[in-house]
Amino acid sequence: MSENHLPELAADIVKQAQAAGATDAECSISEGEEFSASVRMRELETLKEAGSRAVGLRILIGKRTGSAYTSDFTPDGIRLMVQQAIELAEVTTEDPHLGLPDPSEFGSIPGDLGLYCPDVAEIETPFKISLAKEAEAAALDADPRIANSEGGSFDTNLSRTIFANSRGFAGEYRSSSCSLSAVPVARQGDSMERDYWYSLARSFSGLEKPADIGRIAAQRAVRRLGAVKVETQKVPVIFEPRTARSLLGNIFEAVHGESIYRQASFLTGKLGEKVAAEKLTVIDDGTIPGLFGTSPFDDEGVPTRRTVVIEKGVLKNYLMNTYTARKLGMKTTGNAARGITGNAGIGHGNLFMEAGEKSPEEIIRSVANGFYVTELMGFGINIVTGDYSRGATGLWIRNGELAFAVSEVTIAGNLINMLQDLEYIGSDLEFRGSTAAPTLCIREMTVGGR
Amino acid sequence: MGLSESFFGERFNITERDLERYLDEALSRGGNYADLYFEYLATSNISMDESIVKSATQGVSLGIGVRVISGERTGYAYSDDLSPEKILKAAGVAACIAAGPAQVEKSPLQEGPRRNLYPVITAPTETAFAERVELVKRADKCARGYDPRIFQAQISYADNLRHVMIATSEGVLNFDRQPMARINVRALAKQDGGPPQSGHAGGGGRVGLEFFLNEKTPEHFATEAARQAIVQLDAIEAPAGELTVVLGPGWPGILLHEAVGHGLEADFNRKGTSAFSGRIGQKVASPLVTVVDDGTIRNRRGSLNLDDEGAVTQRNVLIEGGILRGYLQDKLSSRITRAPQTGSGRRESYAHIPMPRMTNTFMMAGETDPSDIIRSVPKGLYCANFGGGQVDITSGNFVFSASESYLIEDGKLTRPVRNATLIGNGPESLQHVSMVGNNLELDEGMGICGKEGQSVPVGVGMPTIKIDKMTVGGTA
Repeated sequence: MSENHLPELAADIVKQAQAAGATDAECSISEGEEFSASVRMRELETLKEAGSRAVGLRILIGKRTGSAYTSDFTPDGIRLMVQQAIELAEVTTEDPHLGLPDPSEFGSIPGDLGLYCPDVAEIETPFKISLAKEAEAAALDADPRIANSEGGSFDTNLSRTIFANSRGFAGEYRSSSCSLSAVPVARQGDSMERDYWYSLARSFSGLEKPADIGRIAAQRAVRRLGAVKVETQKVPVIFEPRTARSLLGNIFEAVHGESIYRQASFLTGKLGEKVAAEKLTVIDDGTIPGLFGTSPFDDEGVPTRRTVVIEKGVLKNYLMNTYTARKLGMKTTGNAARGITGNAGIGHGNLFMEAGEKSPEEIIRSVANGFYVTELMGFGINIVTGDYSRGATGLWIRNGELAFAVSEVTIAGNLINMLQDLEYIGSDLEFRGSTAAPTLCIREMTVGGR
Repeated sequence: MGLSESFFGERFNITERDLERYLDEALSRGGNYADLYFEYLATSNISMDESIVKSATQGVSLGIGVRVISGERTGYAYSDDLSPEKILKAAGVAACIAAGPAQVEKSPLQEGPRRNLYPVITAPTETAFAERVELVKRADKCARGYDPRIFQAQISYADNLRHVMIATSEGVLNFDRQPMARINVRALAKQDGGPPQSGHAGGGGRVGLEFFLNEKTPEHFATEAARQAIVQLDAIEAPAGELTVVLGPGWPGILLHEAVGHGLEADFNRKGTSAFSGRIGQKVASPLVTVVDDGTIRNRRGSLNLDDEGAVTQRNVLIEGGILRGYLQDKLSSRITRAPQTGSGRRESYAHIPMPRMTNTFMMAGETDPSDIIRSVPKGLYCANFGGGQVDITSGNFVFSASESYLIEDGKLTRPVRNATLIGNGPESLQHVSMVGNNLELDEGMGICGKEGQSVPVGVGMPTIKIDKMTVGGTA
């Protein structure tokens, strides 16, 4: 990636905006390089490689705002962007809560957060292809029922983020990631099922072995074969870590500052109340070195931090940026997130549930008749009401053991009750991205089937 | 119009000789086919919340994608800089998917036939911002005025104007100017201290701003969102288990998009990973079912003059009288399987590799009066509106979420029920279609389809239909 003058450019764009009449300005520049190699049935299928960059500007004129972006870095392109942002402040409405963060809030976590590892940029293309082939081959060779494949792939991303504003904040960081995945297809008679497994890391050396990725993907696909639809019934539902993570995503939306001030979340006004079983503690931490939700500052130039969202079942904090914090009479939690431009939205850092004590095997063993969910489908979650209804695939639990594959069923309940009804939280917490949850067991949900 | 008068010719001084040079570089290592996709995309967004226009954004992104096909392999590179050096560099990178001397004789570039399915003289993106802000304010005012129980409205408006130029080593040279606009309204309602409920509506298409002034006004979408939120206030728990389900006309056509559309995309079928693989000529639905994917309907959100590989779009019959007729093909799949292209090669942007995608997917009308369909159901569920859906291509299982539905009791709609997911299996569910209404409607123009990380605008449509058996994911 370039060692060029982008931080200076960001500072200059802020000055140009001020010269054009902005009372405040924020400029973001992002630059990235992507590479992807995919193989299928042991042959190379696709190679993709490119770099790109974009710049965004948000300006304030008093209590009005306007935003613009461009991928044209020529002086004319930049001038046009500044002019467009300024022009838009004419059409927005005065908003008393608008403004940059308080000067005391700005800052950046010092030291190396382990976001960029040079080894990712050093891998040669033929080696990347061979890794993807190895992962897919391990899946194809794992079981005679793996007769087909959607392939294996190896991807890398390198990026650089630059942010400057008119209050003197200037910061930048680089990050790297690489991932390896396999997507085998299993077949037996008329039953055909696909599943996947992957590894994601900031450094090449942090990736799991291709053979392990392929083998796990194959096991996951094979165990779905011969799935049946069960009778409609109310039973305990266990979410394996991959599906439990999605519940964290639902909790994130429910504590999102924008949903709170709009009263569009079932957790609105519940701060300090017991909203979940006492076992549940949810933490957002954007400062953990090397993880995928980590960054030295958020997209408003405020340092990231550790925020306890739910502690022993009690709702402790919402996740906020400056704007939503002002609306709610609180302080930002350093969770501002945005694309290349526009008003800041809200994102999470590393959002996770604290691990419990029971192993996943013990949790499964404790259930006489229940559903172990390995994949969820669809968008049937209403954060306003908490209503929850999704398509599900998984394994049926009979007398404490995973007995047979189940598909084409739904699981339904309401998040308000589901959080209170958390019966067990597993000990198997593992970060495979910016959210992480262990195995979870919910006392009762409705499984919709035959 | 020749290249010199085209958008890219005029603004970036790109000549036919340049295009030939880039294609030569792309094929220099022995690729069989190469194409160039130039894109200039201008976008605008306005959002209103709490009756305040809180944000307005505009911007431009531009770039070129270079693709090289060698046998079944694809090399792809892109650049956001249209200088000849950067384009040649991208072409050189994409070329490396092949290894050897150049072997293909390029055909001379020849401009394709032109038509215009979206003859919009001034695209919404080219109008004064104040006019577009006015639409947003009108929607806000109407949603809030609909009923005193409405306490929040959020309006978002987005438009874009995309200029594309596609040149291929087979001699295709095509240009397009693609306008798009959409307005979305979300309303929240509450009564008597009970929990809030939400309603959502939106639409648009490849239209001019006059569409929102004369055809589907901001008030139309605002009223619809507010009405849905109010209806939900009285909703009871949704049923759970297998039921007779009646789907209303229009947007519930998302059923087809998920149940059969994705499963008929040629890439999955060529690889044998779709539940519909190898089933052309077989019965996959009730004889009442005919499903079409048509990219040529004027001004529709899913329509295109040409697909993103430069092929002219067309009307493709996917299922005819219950029999599977064909797949949706892109360039790569049609080359490998020697099937004709269907104008279905689409991509999100210059930074993405094209693949087979849907355009506007709908079921043809039947002969039954829709009120007779509801009257025929002693106990079931009527779904008038949906949120999103998803499908697992390989098993064929699909879901879609009902956002407005009612119990049917003794042939009449009775109580509204809360949101629930419906689940079915593609090759099986449409076998259970027992009645098809005479009231085909297309959706209002708000569909976004995601596949392998790429989003493209699509349309869906359907008459009222009755499905004898489908699993409903409620709690009651």
